[in-house]
Amino acid sequence: MSESSVAVELQGIWKRFPGVIANSNINLKVTAGTIHAIVGENGAGKSTLMKILYGMQKADEGTISIHGTSLVFNSPADAIAAGIGMVHQHFMLADNFTVLENIILGSEPKSGGKLDFAKARELISDIAAENGLAVDPDVLVGKLGVGDRQRIEILKVLYRGAQILILDEPTAVLVPHEVEELFNTLRDLKKQGFTVIFISHKLDEVLSIADEITVIRQGTTVGSVNPHTEKVSARDLAEMMVGNELPTPQSVGNTIQDKVVLTVENLSVRATGGKAVVDGVSFKIRAGEILGIAGVEGNGQAEILNALMGIESSTGRVQFLEEDISKKSTRHRRDLGIGFIPEDRQRQALLLEAPLWENRMLGHQTKAPNAKGFWLNPRGAKADTKRIVAEYDVRTPSIDVNASALSGGNQQKLIVGREMSGNPKLLIAAHPTRGVDVGAQAAIWDHIRNARQAGLAVLLISADLDELIGLSDSIKVLLRGKFVTDADPATVTPQELGTAMTGAGKAA
Amino acid sequence: MTYLKSRRFIGAAFTAITMLSITRTITSNGDLTSTVTIAQALVFASPIALAGLAGIWAERAGVINIGLEGMMILGTFGAGWAGWQWGAWAGVLAGIVFGAIGGLLLAVATVTFGVDQIIAGTAINLLALGTTKFLAILLFTNAPGGGQAQSPPIKGEIPVFTVDSIVTPLSALHEEGIFFVSDLAGLVAGLFYNMSLLTIITVLLFVMTGYVLWKTAIGLRLRSAGENPWAADSLGVKVVQYKYAAVVFSGMLAGLGGAYLSIASTIYRNGNTAGRGYIGLATMIFGDWRPGGTAAGAMMFGYIDTLRLIDSGNQNVKGLILLGAIILLAIGAWMLRSAKRNAAIGFLLLASVMVGAYFSATSFPPEVAQVAPYITTLLVLATASQNLRPPAADGVPYRKGEDH
Amino acid sequence: MNLRRIGTSLIAPAIGLAVSIGATALILIAIGANVITIFSSMWTYGTSPRAMTLMLNLATVYFLSALAVSIGFKMNLFNIGVNGQYILGSLAAAVVASNLQLPKVISITLTILTAMFVGAAWAGIAAWLKVARGVSEVISTIMLNFIAIGIISYLIVRTSIGTETSVNIRGTKLIPESGMLRGSAFIDPGTKVYGFFIISIFVGIAYWFLLNRTRFGFDLRATGKSATAARTSGVQSTRMIVTAMLLSGAIAGLVGLPYLLGQTGSYNLQFPTEWGFIGIAIALLGRNNPLGIAVGAIFVAFLDVSSGQLVLEGVPREISTIMQGLIVIVVVISYEVVRRNQVKSEQRNVAKALAKQEVSA
Repeated sequence: MSESSVAVELQGIWKRFPGVIANSNINLKVTAGTIHAIVGENGAGKSTLMKILYGMQKADEGTISIHGTSLVFNSPADAIAAGIGMVHQHFMLADNFTVLENIILGSEPKSGGKLDFAKARELISDIAAENGLAVDPDVLVGKLGVGDRQRIEILKVLYRGAQILILDEPTAVLVPHEVEELFNTLRDLKKQGFTVIFISHKLDEVLSIADEITVIRQGTTVGSVNPHTEKVSARDLAEMMVGNELPTPQSVGNTIQDKVVLTVENLSVRATGGKAVVDGVSFKIRAGEILGIAGVEGNGQAEILNALMGIESSTGRVQFLEEDISKKSTRHRRDLGIGFIPEDRQRQALLLEAPLWENRMLGHQTKAPNAKGFWLNPRGAKADTKRIVAEYDVRTPSIDVNASALSGGNQQKLIVGREMSGNPKLLIAAHPTRGVDVGAQAAIWDHIRNARQAGLAVLLISADLDELIGLSDSIKVLLRGKFVTDADPATVTPQELGTAMTGAGKAA
Repeated sequence: MTYLKSRRFIGAAFTAITMLSITRTITSNGDLTSTVTIAQALVFASPIALAGLAGIWAERAGVINIGLEGMMILGTFGAGWAGWQWGAWAGVLAGIVFGAIGGLLLAVATVTFGVDQIIAGTAINLLALGTTKFLAILLFTNAPGGGQAQSPPIKGEIPVFTVDSIVTPLSALHEEGIFFVSDLAGLVAGLFYNMSLLTIITVLLFVMTGYVLWKTAIGLRLRSAGENPWAADSLGVKVVQYKYAAVVFSGMLAGLGGAYLSIASTIYRNGNTAGRGYIGLATMIFGDWRPGGTAAGAMMFGYIDTLRLIDSGNQNVKGLILLGAIILLAIGAWMLRSAKRNAAIGFLLLASVMVGAYFSATSFPPEVAQVAPYITTLLVLATASQNLRPPAADGVPYRKGEDH
Repeated sequence: MNLRRIGTSLIAPAIGLAVSIGATALILIAIGANVITIFSSMWTYGTSPRAMTLMLNLATVYFLSALAVSIGFKMNLFNIGVNGQYILGSLAAAVVASNLQLPKVISITLTILTAMFVGAAWAGIAAWLKVARGVSEVISTIMLNFIAIGIISYLIVRTSIGTETSVNIRGTKLIPESGMLRGSAFIDPGTKVYGFFIISIFVGIAYWFLLNRTRFGFDLRATGKSATAARTSGVQSTRMIVTAMLLSGAIAGLVGLPYLLGQTGSYNLQFPTEWGFIGIAIALLGRNNPLGIAVGAIFVAFLDVSSGQLVLEGVPREISTIMQGLIVIVVVISYEVVRRNQVKSEQRNVAKALAKQEVSA
């Protein structure tokens, strides 16, 4: 075996934030010219680790070695100089700039005092050609789709001479054929001698592309496996990530009633530009039924939810019990008894700079116990907040602290508790247990199941396939704004569902 | 792309001259496009243009600068104070420095401490107002030719140029009253008559801004601070430094605008700015945060200001109203075509009211002229605001290392 | 929570006060005035009964102005147009009141309603421009200020609304005594505290109730804290913006009434036109909270009244405006710093408290 050099070595990395230890004693060795994946649950510390490697954060303790040389990074500029390039999960692109401007920003070729646009164009088309990444340098980035934007991010790092690429959750927002294109690009890059570090929690994908996989759990490295030489399954990896037996929510018999709570006919949402992000979706949910929607993020789930809540405009018909609510306001829909757990809890579901008991009122400020007619009832709200804190195990020293002081998981528990209060007839939930620890996750599932027993109808969207399969009575798969297939939770496996979600196995 | 832009510019200029011509013919008021008027319009336009340019620099870097008015006030004061003691150029320098101090204060408050930019800007306006009033009483009351609310006259002058070989024949052409040609002649002649060195400097600053912001690396980085500072930071751009530099430079430009005002009026006077800092912001929005459009907007305001001031028989205001009505008619028609029915109806209604007023009244009270710039600002913003977009991260507080 | 929160919210004003006193002292020294004498003569005069009365009167005006501004601030709306709204409101009120010969309660009520209506209408223009055409309310309200001045000048000078009320002064007809609210001289026998003082207290209480005890107030505060979350919770942002601006304008309309009904009885061109800006400063100082605003209003009024003394010592009284400007800048910066620290320390404290709970559990 030829001597393969170690491209990146992290030893003994520690990083603490107020209230939490993000990385504890992390050790990582990445061989040059390979694709190395880092997997772990949300909040396990992967992003923090990569930010340290890219110079965006500084480790409290530990060393970084690139190709055997120990280096200190004070800023991304240092990391860039060492040949490291980072492709962020949330793209760092200026929509109002062209592709060219975005790529050269900070490392502009100059002639005299002037920016040498011609030279820039030349450099970029060279790099693009070498690595099979086609781009039009004069297009405004704001007009580009997700796959193209990612390509630009990759070009950005290549343009700066990166030899080591870090990709943070690159497939989170890609549709299936874009994932394949990305993986082809990565394989090309590997052939050219680049080293790729790939952060993900999509275990199936990781197994198909990575040469080596490191698992991180609760801020520390659990172990590394080589999928080429060892037999390892997604389930094995998942157990390494979580540390114990995965809880599987089990369905308990039939609770579905005859009464139809929600009827959706031909719902469509158009993005600016006319493209149908949601394309003629129809479904019914009955009391006591949980309908799950499976799909890779970005296929229209968020828009369906926003349309149902009246936050985004849509065409089509939405009927709640006997009432046509297609044109009704958000407040009206909520008052009818629709609870909503949105995807972006910090932006959509919380007032971070308000105490917990005021957050209890958010979305429900028109009814008891929060209000009596025109007037608010702080005492009622506070008492009820205490109840929610107890019932949903929200870890907080008091109900007067600001929501920003709580951890993400506890914020989520508060939100779930709030939306489940007041006996809603329909609960629309997006990733209800995201960021919640395993024990509380099971408790939330119990709450939902109990409510279902009592007649609650639920529309469930989740990236956690086990949650989706375990809770739902029926599942529809959403792809590019349309329902493409149904699945029976009693018989479908996560692998089958994942396949349907990514459109693999279907003619394009 | 540049070809298209100059085509659009020529088209706009053509339309503007035509409308002016129509108005002049109907009102038979030669003052509307005479050499003197246009030259004076440039003088009135320049402070507003400088304020607008100042706004561009700050907002392109992502910082909303409501404090422009205050920085302008500081500039007027600096020019009055230094000008009466050491001459006009000293006044210019002092105006720039005082404006820069205002800019620095805004930068510290917003960039370093993260105070809401509009609140910080408003606070600076308050502080500037109080400070200049106080210092004026202190420093000018007993100075020769000064008073409690104004400075003594500024010594000396900024050089002024007239190119007779262009002005004389074109002015004569203007007197002929030929549709379009005479008006064009008057406009061109006005550009070469009594042209102050400060105005030339202003024009150069505009050209410089266009070049630096769009053709150099520094400009790209500064604009990136206003479009996506987190992306810029991740690429090693020192966002905080760029914001500071942009805001301080913004203050300098506003201060220069204030100095221009004082020098043009030969004294510092309390309240001389009369909201021009805010009008400058409006021209910036109208100009889509670019120097060209901003200059055009400023020119429009300068023109209105001029007509108001040299209005001997109260006739200019009538002409203005008619011109305004014609413009509103045009805008209304265009909006109808782009299917913006409600707004179009609003504009057409307003236009008909103005036409009616024009034909029914013999003269208008001076208050109409007094409020004309402000009403115009509102109309300009009402037309332009919805379709134009500021830099993507304009007004967003930025802290290094924080997630957004 | 309460004691610590109050404590932290006092730090910023305290710093502002300290810096501003320090800077003023420096300025005084620089112009050769005796700092101790000046401050003590200001204090002596300022605490005299007559000065206290004047202070309460001025504070009433400032209080209303700051309330008007802060309704907008709570929603991240910047109503800089209080000046225009109150001068138009006062003019309209003066016209209406001077034509009424009705029992006092009815007359005053109608006067108040007129002022509120006109103020709200003027603010409504800016509100409409914002929601229908996307015009920034900062610029539009300022433009409306200037336009209001023009309108008033026209109405008083060129129409029959203005008459010669005394030598060389044109203003509205005098309001009959039955329409005035002159107040009572309960602090100093020679000077009356405006009757409107009592009314403004009620306005303040009503404001607090509206903001903290009604659904509308919750919606308003939520929109100010997170527009997205508010929208998801059912708030219609267009409606909120318009309502908030109208309310702000309505309260703004009242700002001139204490002076109009308590002293002059006529609106003329000498009527002060800058009370709106001071309201902005006080709203910032008082953190948009009625109690804080009241304290701020009293403080600024104290400065204004007692700085009259400065003229006797050869110091321009405008030094108080510098003090005010300085205080505002320093206070808004301090508030921001304190707020950020508070968020971080709260996170730390919660983590600590929870860790303790786990140990003891």
